[in-house]
Amino acid sequence: MDIGKILESLVNNTRTVKRVSYVVLALTVVIDFFISRHHHVFFWEDIPGFSAVYGFISCVLIVVVSKALGHYWLERSEDYYND
Amino acid sequence: MIDWVHPSVFLILGALFLPLFKGKAQRIYIILLPLLALLTVMLMSPGVHGVVNFLGFELIFGRADKLSLAFAYVFSSAALIGAIYALHVKDVSQHVAAFVYAGSSLGATFAGDFLTLFVFWELMAFASVWLIWSRRVKASIEAGYRYLLVHAVGGVVLLAGIIILYVTTGSIRFDALQVRDAAFYLILIGFMLNAAVPPLHAWLTDAYPEATVTGAVFLSAFTTKTAVYALIRAYPGTEVLIWLGTIMALYGVVFAVLANDIRRLLGYHIISQVGYMVAAVGMGTALAINGAVAHAFTHILYKGLLFMGAGAVIQMTGRSKLSELGGIYRYMPVTFVLYMIGGFSISAFPLFSGFVSKSMEVSAAADLHLTWIWLLLTLASAGTFLHTGLKLPYFTFLGEDCGARPTEPPRNMLVAMGIAAFLCVFIGVYPDWLYNMLPHEVDYHPYTATHVVWALQILLFTGLGFFMLVKHLGGSPMISLDLDWFYRKGAGIFMQFVYRVVVPIEDWFIQVYRSVFRGNLALGIKGLWLDKNVIDGAVNAIAAVVVRCAGALRQVQTGQLQHYALVMVGSLLILSLYSLF
Repeated sequence: MDIGKILESLVNNTRTVKRVSYVVLALTVVIDFFISRHHHVFFWEDIPGFSAVYGFISCVLIVVVSKALGHYWLERSEDYYND
Repeated sequence: MIDWVHPSVFLILGALFLPLFKGKAQRIYIILLPLLALLTVMLMSPGVHGVVNFLGFELIFGRADKLSLAFAYVFSSAALIGAIYALHVKDVSQHVAAFVYAGSSLGATFAGDFLTLFVFWELMAFASVWLIWSRRVKASIEAGYRYLLVHAVGGVVLLAGIIILYVTTGSIRFDALQVRDAAFYLILIGFMLNAAVPPLHAWLTDAYPEATVTGAVFLSAFTTKTAVYALIRAYPGTEVLIWLGTIMALYGVVFAVLANDIRRLLGYHIISQVGYMVAAVGMGTALAINGAVAHAFTHILYKGLLFMGAGAVIQMTGRSKLSELGGIYRYMPVTFVLYMIGGFSISAFPLFSGFVSKSMEVSAAADLHLTWIWLLLTLASAGTFLHTGLKLPYFTFLGEDCGARPTEPPRNMLVAMGIAAFLCVFIGVYPDWLYNMLPHEVDYHPYTATHVVWALQILLFTGLGFFMLVKHLGGSPMISLDLDWFYRKGAGIFMQFVYRVVVPIEDWFIQVYRSVFRGNLALGIKGLWLDKNVIDGAVNAIAAVVVRCAGALRQVQTGQLQHYALVMVGSLLILSLYSLF
């Protein structure tokens, strides 16, 4: 088994990898409708697919907020401390 | 018959003999030392060992209970893995520094009193700075000095707290602190500085990326996690830590978005991850404390793995910035796959070690009905996968070809990464091995259908978000300001003020003095007379007064240790304030 070749074939078949990924994404949400829930603390634990939405929103929120902070406030040129 | 051996003996004292060996014998010796330390920890029986009376203090070098043994176990494992990773390094001083650093960390872990803890705590700072300086470039030397100064201030604060504790309670036992007095908060600040809790965190992301390739692997393991151990020991259930830890978890995530240097990105994720542990210490329930220990344990292994992967890339390409890397998976496929195991572990994918450890802390927050904490910690874990599992590997190994043509790193580096990767998967698949080591009885089952599906949704949909935004996420050749600005730029601005304003004023005074007093020789002769008769007389008179006062002051001396200690604390506080400004 050559790891390099496996990786190479994955990179060369981006389209297939993408399709498989979308199917997996959908599956995780579909399965969520059929799980029995017995123990819960927060109300959203009963909503199927809630964590999918929360994960996606988290990701976008982190990127947008951090990029804005960086752009308007924190980012400097690499020589900033050497001047 | 010796019934107890301190594992640090091998690492600290053993390391001093390292320069005597050459070539193959030296390499064997380098492996042997941490291996002996690990065996000593594995064979150690619980109990209190190594009690020494020193100047009336009862020093405890070997408090071995489930808590200290769990940390000692992972610390000595990390030392062994780090030693294998660094086996090819010819610079003996780095090996010595790394072992003294690891050994001090074990010393602090087994310390049963604050004085012993403090000695090892300081030794850690002084040994670890060598791993930064050893890179021998200007940026490392400077970052190392800043690192040392920050830790020196932290050490003084910690010592002040310990002395006050001794003065007020008469005890230096290293146990949970109950009374919320000055000692409580000073020691807490000392611990928080080493745990890199904002605003006392900037030393970490300033210095770790400037360390040597192998040194950073050691750095990632010991300082912050020893502090987590100390917090668990002394501050369980201190509620302020819940919010501080959660802020910390988010702080690291936000700054990781902006990081361009791969080890700086990983450094911000140390802060983020340790945030979970700090929050769990604040919750203080059995599940939360178990979670903190389990998370520290697994974190040391996967963070070490990530730093080893990043270090391999830096060593083989000579580049450390996302904006200068990309497309090297073809040349370093094994490094890439091993790195990804660390990435999946830190992101808490099912079957990897983060899934069985970090989730305990989040569950503990749920049990306490801490809604916001739960939501924010979950948000931060999406950020963890976003950066360490997606952004860093994507722009380093995949993405646009950067033109670099590296090879796989030396075999010893791959072996060390392989061991860490194995442990990450092993713990993920067989969590009971870890759970048996935790301080409290474990009644926690990570592999329930709801938990697995929940985790997969969070992570995979974070991945979806990443690939939708990927165009905006590449590294840019910029740095982002953090609180180290205050001592890097702020100090400079202060010095400018001194040069531009204070110095000219002083100059002016000197000029006035010269023209008025020294211009005239006659005045000078008179001055001599004045000096002989008035000033000398005054000096002699003052001396007489001093002698008399000293006599009086002698009566004030009580000979009570508490009073001296109080004076020492006061002076230390003044000194620390002085060194701050």
